[in-house]
Amino acid sequence: MLHTINKSPFESATMETCFRFLQPGDPVLFIEDGVYAVESANRFSSDIREALESNPVYALKPDLDARGIATLTEGVLTVDYNGFVALVEEHRMNSWL
Amino acid sequence: MTEENANIRKIMHVMRRAPHGTIYTYEGLEMILIMAAYEQDLSVAFIGDGVYALKKDQQTEGIGIKGFSRTFMALDGYDVEKLYVDEASLAERGLSEEDLLVDVEIMDSGAIGRLMNEQDVVIHH
Repeated sequence: MLHTINKSPFESATMETCFRFLQPGDPVLFIEDGVYAVESANRFSSDIREALESNPVYALKPDLDARGIATLTEGVLTVDYNGFVALVEEHRMNSWL
Repeated sequence: MTEENANIRKIMHVMRRAPHGTIYTYEGLEMILIMAAYEQDLSVAFIGDGVYALKKDQQTEGIGIKGFSRTFMALDGYDVEKLYVDEASLAERGLSEEDLLVDVEIMDSGAIGRLMNEQDVVIHH
């Protein structure tokens, strides 16, 4: 099941909540303001690293670019819109709006 | 009958917000009732502030709205019987099962996460 997160972790507990219910192996994709979570050396880097131990973590490149985020926590992968579509095709969705 | 069964989806509604500050909970409840009319395999999980939706003794006259907490008690009559509450969310709000107005199954986050993963569709409110 693909988990998408669209809220900044600085503003909302959505990411923390999602991570609590996340099953091992399920991909997580940060989109919109959610992408602030994966900028390197921020307050949430250790949470992201912990998630990466059991789950693939992606961030949507156009949303990163739009926010000037260039350096990501190591291990986070980026996808473009086609990659987003590929993930959605492959998995059922769990959108943590 | 088999043809009918083919259209049944496992759908989980996840209630995540407190009931009166926004319209999410009310809209979610409406969506559950509509889907129940189509005889889907529904379950409802209450996590985070969503657990406040089930709190006993909500008196909304003073804020000028009708209140809908009692509608959760009626879900049973629509064959929506699978209600799950996240144990950690209850505990961090100082609540226990006795504070809730409907019979629910209290589960840990891992168990609710596994149920989420079994669904065809998960809808957050």
